[in-house]
Amino acid sequence: MSNPQEAIKEKSMIIQKEMLGNLFTELSTAKENGKKVVYTFVPGNLTELILALDMLPVYPEINALQSGMRKKSGSYIKDAEKIGFSEDVCTYVKCDIGMMLNGNIGPTGEKLPDPDMLLLSYTGCFTFLKWFENLERLFPGVEIAMLHTPYQEDGRITDDQVNYMVKQLKEEVIPKMEKVAGKKMDYNRLSKMLANSAKSEDLWVKVLESAKNVPSPIDSYFAGVYYMGPLNTAFRGTDMALQYYQELFNEVDDRLKKGLLPINPEGEMKKERYRLVVEGPPNWTNFREFWKIFYDMGAVIVASTYTKVGGVYDRGFRHEPEKPLESLSKYCMGCYTNLNLEQRVDLIEHYIKEYKADGFLINSIKSCNSFSAGQLLMMREIEQRCGVPVGFIESDLVDPRYFSYANIKNRLESYFQMLEQRKIIMSQEATV
Amino acid sequence: MNSPEQQLEKLLDECKTLAFDLNFTYAKDWKKQSKNRLLVGYLPIYVPREIIHAANALPVGIMGVGDRKQIIKGDAYYQSYICHLPRGIIEMALDHNLENFDGFLFPAICDCVRNLSGMFKIVKKGKFTRYFDYPQNFDALIGGVFYRELLETVIHDMYLLNGVKITIENLNHSIKLYNINRRLIEKIYDIRQEFPWRLSAVDVYHIIRAGLVITVEKHNEILEEVVSLIEKDSGEPLDNIRVVVSGSFCEQPPVGLIKSIEMAGCYIVDDDFMLGSRWIQGDINAATNNPVNEIVKSFLEQSAPSSAIYDVANPKGKRLVDLVKKRKADGVIFCAASFCDPALLDRPDLQKSCDEAGVNHINFQFHENTGQFKVIKEQAGTFSDSIKLWV
Ligand code: SF4
Ligand code: SF4
Repeated sequence: MSNPQEAIKEKSMIIQKEMLGNLFTELSTAKENGKKVVYTFVPGNLTELILALDMLPVYPEINALQSGMRKKSGSYIKDAEKIGFSEDVCTYVKCDIGMMLNGNIGPTGEKLPDPDMLLLSYTGCFTFLKWFENLERLFPGVEIAMLHTPYQEDGRITDDQVNYMVKQLKEEVIPKMEKVAGKKMDYNRLSKMLANSAKSEDLWVKVLESAKNVPSPIDSYFAGVYYMGPLNTAFRGTDMALQYYQELFNEVDDRLKKGLLPINPEGEMKKERYRLVVEGPPNWTNFREFWKIFYDMGAVIVASTYTKVGGVYDRGFRHEPEKPLESLSKYCMGCYTNLNLEQRVDLIEHYIKEYKADGFLINSIKSCNSFSAGQLLMMREIEQRCGVPVGFIESDLVDPRYFSYANIKNRLESYFQMLEQRKIIMSQEATV
Repeated sequence: MNSPEQQLEKLLDECKTLAFDLNFTYAKDWKKQSKNRLLVGYLPIYVPREIIHAANALPVGIMGVGDRKQIIKGDAYYQSYICHLPRGIIEMALDHNLENFDGFLFPAICDCVRNLSGMFKIVKKGKFTRYFDYPQNFDALIGGVFYRELLETVIHDMYLLNGVKITIENLNHSIKLYNINRRLIEKIYDIRQEFPWRLSAVDVYHIIRAGLVITVEKHNEILEEVVSLIEKDSGEPLDNIRVVVSGSFCEQPPVGLIKSIEMAGCYIVDDDFMLGSRWIQGDINAATNNPVNEIVKSFLEQSAPSSAIYDVANPKGKRLVDLVKKRKADGVIFCAASFCDPALLDRPDLQKSCDEAGVNHINFQFHENTGQFKVIKEQAGTFSDSIKLWV
């Protein structure tokens, strides 16, 4: 018999599953139903614009991570390498290209529709630009719109940057989208969606901040990647997404009131031994095994930077219905990988302090220069500023050749020992 | 009186020394000679050096340490799967090679350079550090306006340090000097297209790279002399094929690699090694009342093809094939730095364009400190032989 918590938990999961199911059904019948399909990226995504024009989004990154979880990425990557892609480059790109070479079969086993438009919202990662240039060549003649998101090089968003983005949206991106959609943007509808987005974002922040409690009722990384899904992808701004976050918040709040610990694939965690902040994306090919190393050791991720790639809402940003284009521009510029290195260090420091973390861990991803270049310096900075033990492991997103279970487990075990010793020392000091 | 060969030899020696002076002695001496002078370091590929020159500053290209400096600290800052260039640059910064530099510009070419700009901020190098986020939108009223604002920011950064106001006259003057510089460089490439034996690819490399660390005035003098010397007949042609080298726009191949390609029987008739010096194709108008706008316009309309520029409206593959035709090359050698996403992600499509146009090609990867060239030489040699046999 399932206990009530599991039943509640299931509800948000059911909603998410239903949302995804509906999306993929719509995608599989898109061509018959005359629905236009837009391929776009997660960070700095313009989902509300796509949905307000009744088009359907497809996120190549999500396809790649799904292929990784379904153990298909290895062969897709090799197929891309066979046509000249170097072993050295981002494996998301290769996995996606490999998937296209193999008939563009999506996560549900059905063929994904070809794009009617490529919307290159180029936020926080230079490789996106190369990715879409390559996609454009796979789908010659497809409409392609580029939105250049300036980097927060000075640690802030300037008016010049906002104006630049708004102009791109108004004069290039939206007109192209309208052309493909065959209709004009309904700004009232867009504003309503943005209002919905902001409400979902409020709830999402509450979910994230629940991890400030000791013990935490959630794992902000391994479970966080599921929680962030609707907001980061095809559903932000929809009623369904809002319903999902309301449900999720209720569940988390309930767990908190009952003093329950995070749920993992094997059930509920019994004891929180270590509270960690993690930087970098997870590995997808061995996601479950990777997660298990942590929960087996009683380690809970109380905050992670990866769950902010689709927006750093916990530092105050909300979509604003009154200023739709300005706010979408600021949203794009505010995503985690678009922050400069100092801002990233500041954010991590804030997490370590606010979430009472025992340690800081980097999962450095071979594929991803956007995340990885500079992480070793970030690690030193954090060590100096916060005085917590820092750990460093390496893997890849979707290339199984770069996930060494034994190696990662060894490193993590040493790291947990370090955390344990520090705890002992600190408790001895406290009693002296 | 020295013979032309001796004169050329002397010039080449001078350029070689300048090109690989990782202490930037010339630049630092130049700065000492007068107050209000600034040194502004920039990373690959391109910054409009004209605006720096006009602000009484010397733009200094920082192209990495190549195989000339042992990396000790840099490796502790970068994982093994990140290209070599930034680790050499952080090593230089920590070893005080970049002392006396006033500011640094990090062009928006990739996430490694982008994040390196943040590392410079964290380790507090330079009085200003700017990620030079040039636009990927090429509409004058959108990307153009944004780019102009970016240039004004950098102009202001320099003004705060030396109080020099850029006037229309002095910016036009700077544009003129860099127009001459670009023309002379193209002249050298044009002469080499006809007579590649008169000057080796390594010599050209040294000559152009030297220009990154000295004043444009001095570089123009050197270039003029080189042009006048190579305009005269000299040397003997070898039975070599003619190739374009593509992909080494940022991290630079070691000189030994360039040499190996030529020794294997391939004249390099064009390349993207020092792309920043050749970025703007053609002259920039130097006779207007709005020279900053002319610089903006040149970026939007006259930029060379590059992996750092969004190319959907102007595909690089076609431009590469056009270059091969223009230089009457027999093939392309794709030669990119390992772990360089921009270059390596362009490669399949560029290769496809070559295939479609019937252009032969081979490819390999390098690190700036690669020390073994045997395989590369063999590959290039086989390439050369096969072209000679079949073409
Ligand atoms: S480099 Fe990183 S952010 Fe960019 S596409 Fe690859 S995994 Fe994503
Ligand atoms: S070599 Fe490539 S990846 Fe490395 S810094 Fe240069 S452009 Fe970036």
